[in-house]
Amino acid sequence: MNKYLILITLFVVHLSAILAQDDLLSLLEEEETTEYAVAAFKTNRVVNGHSIENTAAGVMDVKISHRFSPISEGFYDIFGLDGATIRIGVDYGISDRLMIGLGRNSYEKTFDGFVKYKILRQSTGKKNMPLTLVYLADAQIVTLKFQNPERENFFSSRLFYTHQLLIGRKFSEGFSAQIMPTLVHRNLVPTEADKNDVISIGVAARQKISKRVAVTAEYYYVLPDQLGEDFHNSLSIGFDIETGGHVFQFHFSNSRFMTYKGFITETTDRWFYENDGENLLSGIRFGFNISRVFTIVKPKSLQ
Amino acid sequence: MKNVLLAFVMLLVTVVTVAAQGKFYSKTAMVSFNASTPLEDIDAQTNTGTIVLDTETGKLESSVLVKAFQFKRALMQEHFNENYMESSKYPKAVFKGEITNLSEVNFKKDGDYKVKVKGTMEMHGVKKEIMTNGILNVAGKNLKVNADFIVACADYEIKIPSVVADKVAKEVKVTVNTALQALAGK
Repeated sequence: MNKYLILITLFVVHLSAILAQDDLLSLLEEEETTEYAVAAFKTNRVVNGHSIENTAAGVMDVKISHRFSPISEGFYDIFGLDGATIRIGVDYGISDRLMIGLGRNSYEKTFDGFVKYKILRQSTGKKNMPLTLVYLADAQIVTLKFQNPERENFFSSRLFYTHQLLIGRKFSEGFSAQIMPTLVHRNLVPTEADKNDVISIGVAARQKISKRVAVTAEYYYVLPDQLGEDFHNSLSIGFDIETGGHVFQFHFSNSRFMTYKGFITETTDRWFYENDGENLLSGIRFGFNISRVFTIVKPKSLQ
Repeated sequence: MKNVLLAFVMLLVTVVTVAAQGKFYSKTAMVSFNASTPLEDIDAQTNTGTIVLDTETGKLESSVLVKAFQFKRALMQEHFNENYMESSKYPKAVFKGEITNLSEVNFKKDGDYKVKVKGTMEMHGVKKEIMTNGILNVAGKNLKVNADFIVACADYEIKIPSVVADKVAKEVKVTVNTALQALAGK
């Protein structure tokens, strides 16, 4: 009897071994991989400031940006288009974490350069990381002729520095947000009341409204008692439109500067003027960034 | 005694059946595709495809992570994942099917065999029956598979916007190429 039991057991084992062929792929053990969140923003800028995205390794990103005069200037100025300032810049991704960039602004003939490094990258799977953390170091050199050439001027007076941490997360396919503690250092300030070091906290977000169009917003809050009363916080709202190799960013802002020292510490316009009935929105300007990427170095695995 | 012998034989048969079920696999299958047009080179590849072939039944299954495809241009790769394949939603492309003319393959004799493969391809959330021809190479105990087939974007509801309609091929050629090794255990 016992032997029969063994026989039956063996038969069942035998049968199940044959039947267990249903799903071939399940025979292979799947290795867990790390999946990094990509494209939290369409490009490495939100509007004026940086986003948590980097230019990919080996890719050059050429940017041409314009900011115009206030729209309220009306048809005479083609709603501000006559008063254009321009920045031409080039960004390059050295690795997937490290990128550099250079630019030249027509306003105050300012050169800017930066280094940006992704310290943490949002990922799921083998490595789980809820946030992306980026450090940005940016320097600006104003090369405009000194306003008072008769007094002793120093080269260091032309220099401005920015240090920024960008902490962000891609919450869903469509929505990403980031917060950016920022320090702007100014070697030379107009009066003693103006602080050399200006601390601000930025927030920015993007929401996709279709696969290729997204709404973005960026706001920099300057902590109180650092700037004079004439200066205001920079708020920008824009659209990112992606068409193959280009990203077009159109936006409205109360700031006309594309450098950190400019839009954080020198923005003099406001979005709303409460007591100025007919010029309620007189501080708003139109602007755009156009970004075009070129692959310079192809990924190693494909060479 | 007789019964013990029978049991032993059966056990042996079981073990042999399981071990020699003739399953071969690869986790490093080269999968590439080409959606180029005269206006734009669009091609990508990965060598992380998985494939399992049961030489007894002819069953063939294969899978590849969509995000694993490497493009020459990073932005193209981003668009491929975000806008076309939606790889966060549909991470894998899976084929499950079989070799329909298995009897024509002699696994004991070296050579190239033309095989017909039929099955279901699932990607971008859409399942579709496909048929293709491939080459199965037998060299001793080693097998190699080489197949290519055409995937029509519309069949898998992969939309190509009109702006880039001239730049992206509507029919994409997919190539699979790999050596297979025997699957031990199980």
